[in-house]
Amino acid sequence: MNFEFSDEQQQLHDTVSRYLTEQYTFERFRAINASPVGWDRTAWAGLAELGVLALNVPTAQGGLGFGPLETLSVMGACGRSLLLEPFLSSAVIATAALRAVDDAAAAELLTRMASGEAIAVLAHYEPESRFETQWVTTRAKKAGDHYLLDGHKAVVLHAGTADTLLISARIAGEPHDAKGISLFRVPREAQGLTLDVYPTIDGQRAAEVYLKAVQVPVGARLGEEGAALPAIEAALDIGLAALCAEAVGVMQALLDATVAYVQSRQQFGTAIGHFQALQHRIADMLIHLEQARSMSYLAALRCADQNVTERRRALSAAKALIGQSSRFVGQQAVQLHGGMGMTDELIVSHWFKRLTAAQLMFGDSDTHLQRYAALTRS
Amino acid sequence: MRLEFTEEEQAFREEVRSFVREKLPPAIRDKVLNGFELTRADHVLWQRTLHERGWGGVGWPKAFGGPGWNSVQQYIFEEETALAGAPRLIPFGTKMVAPVIMAFGNAAQQQRFLPPISAGSEWWCQGYSEPGAGSDLASLKTRATLEGDHYVVNGQKTWNTLGQYADWIFCLVRTDSQAKPQSGISFLLIDMKSPGISVRPIMLLDGGHEVNEIWFENVRVPVQNRIGDENKGWTYAKFLLGHERTNIAGIGGAKRELARLKRIAGSEMKNRRPLIDDPLFAADIAQVEIDLWALEITNLRVLSGERGSRTPGPEASILKIRGTEIAQRISELMMRAVGPYALPFRREAMEAGWQSDPARAAPGPRYAATLAAAYMNQRKLSIFGGTNEIQKNIISKMIVGL
Repeated sequence: MNFEFSDEQQQLHDTVSRYLTEQYTFERFRAINASPVGWDRTAWAGLAELGVLALNVPTAQGGLGFGPLETLSVMGACGRSLLLEPFLSSAVIATAALRAVDDAAAAELLTRMASGEAIAVLAHYEPESRFETQWVTTRAKKAGDHYLLDGHKAVVLHAGTADTLLISARIAGEPHDAKGISLFRVPREAQGLTLDVYPTIDGQRAAEVYLKAVQVPVGARLGEEGAALPAIEAALDIGLAALCAEAVGVMQALLDATVAYVQSRQQFGTAIGHFQALQHRIADMLIHLEQARSMSYLAALRCADQNVTERRRALSAAKALIGQSSRFVGQQAVQLHGGMGMTDELIVSHWFKRLTAAQLMFGDSDTHLQRYAALTRS
Repeated sequence: MRLEFTEEEQAFREEVRSFVREKLPPAIRDKVLNGFELTRADHVLWQRTLHERGWGGVGWPKAFGGPGWNSVQQYIFEEETALAGAPRLIPFGTKMVAPVIMAFGNAAQQQRFLPPISAGSEWWCQGYSEPGAGSDLASLKTRATLEGDHYVVNGQKTWNTLGQYADWIFCLVRTDSQAKPQSGISFLLIDMKSPGISVRPIMLLDGGHEVNEIWFENVRVPVQNRIGDENKGWTYAKFLLGHERTNIAGIGGAKRELARLKRIAGSEMKNRRPLIDDPLFAADIAQVEIDLWALEITNLRVLSGERGSRTPGPEASILKIRGTEIAQRISELMMRAVGPYALPFRREAMEAGWQSDPARAAPGPRYAATLAAAYMNQRKLSIFGGTNEIQKNIISKMIVGL
């Protein structure tokens, strides 16, 4: 049992932290956020240059072949800097999905993703699926040497940013069947595919993805027909662990900012940090943060576990608790900043929004509490 | 980064596990696993059993006859023994006064006092709190006046846990009333048989006699029973409080009680289904289990940081707060689990013997009779050992820097 990071992990963390602190300032975040597309190619190229985009790509495809712990060691910095670029969507989740399908076409795409040339995102959840991963109503009909895709994918993070969408669609069976789901590699410009792009509460970009008789060649199917769900779930689980680590980075940033604020803000002739009511609140924030950090480690250590039950039990425990911690730390950081915490001008409100978004993604605390209870009972 | 213990540590865990399996008397195990009261004899028997194995001085270095474990081994020992239903170690001798005697006592004191603690032949209690000195311990008023080669002690101590069983008490006393509160305190070891000591029980809300008040009227204490220097007692007291904080999260005990909660919730019915399948109750159990898991990993993080050293830092305050909140929550859920059968209250039902007497069938299931009392008793956890509010003061000052 030890909780030390390897030299490589530490170095990654330091490099990315330094780069983002210097290059991805709050001013830059605001400028990118205000731009129509909501992301910045130069920043993306900078991350590619650091090798971060190749982190999870296998060495055979020109990547670094790292995993969840290395991802964790950079996610905190991404959260602190409020990175708007599709690192989580493309370099973590879509990359994990492509790794899991083990397919020549996937390998080719991974190579281009490692260099930053290509951006891919997973388009899986649907309006009615909420967080049930096997709920897929989007249909794929085979017609000769191609498939026709029809359906609607909901709140797909960075869909408008990506050049390739990895779209799940049902070949066979009922909407909730685990079997019969395939994953397709679809160019964003494909005919019949339309996007309704919008900003999310935290300033990232997402989209509704509509598919109307989108024609893709048979070769666009990744992996065996109808057997893509395990790969999709593996990718979502790896993404969930990364999101947990990002949330911990944001919580740490919020705690640091709040401590600095109560030490400088004067009322009643003294720094408000001298008041015990506030000191205890900050102690509670720290306690929440440390429990969340512990669970982010657990999530990273277990998210690629081959034992699916154990993996989900750990991830649900982590997401349930980190959702609760995020809520407490985020809300209290705003509260302790008083009116200033409400302003758009301070980064605090943006961290709060990122944490709020993180609570809602990949299943909220109630969803995971319930899943944990079900997994633990059996 | 990895969660798994090393092979040596796992082998040690096996060693502890098989020792407890072999040596823990089934009657004691049954009491602990079902929440019945332990007697003085039960505790002493277990302490002697440990001593015979060379484990009487948990946390002690080899030089003083202890097993010389590091903090990880001690954690494993505490977790395994708790899981297996062994009595919790009574801390006042082994974990509290012994480290002070080792660090600040003289050779004669070490030879006189340490062996009987390890052997379980002398029971210690703590003389810290007073009616007017709780969280503000340094305001204590019990006076010790030097007369020749004796101190004469007058005053009152309170909340003396299991003081009714004690052979010795370690006391903080005021030896200089002119100095600043912290600089006029000395640390005395006092024989409970000394003339002038009277012990009075304080009955608690669960009907139990767990704590006492102790009165000192012209009690004569030989000077050689003073630890270290006169008026330096506060330093020793703070040192002791640091040692009190090992195993403060109580992970093993919480796991054991959580398993008991699940057993009970699996037996109880609600809406013609096992309570454990009730969505609301299942969520409550899942929540506390997740909270415990997070605390366990946090505890391991603290431990791996202090491998080799022995004194926990201020992070122990996090463990104390969360550990006590979780233990209290589990006891509350157990009480709620049995529904109306949490209401019948018979003090004698806390004794295992009464429970197994077929002539006196308890109302409701056997496991229900102790649960409400246990819930009430567990409220103490967030009060003793430095209230959880004091712990938050420590966190905000020592960790956050406010």
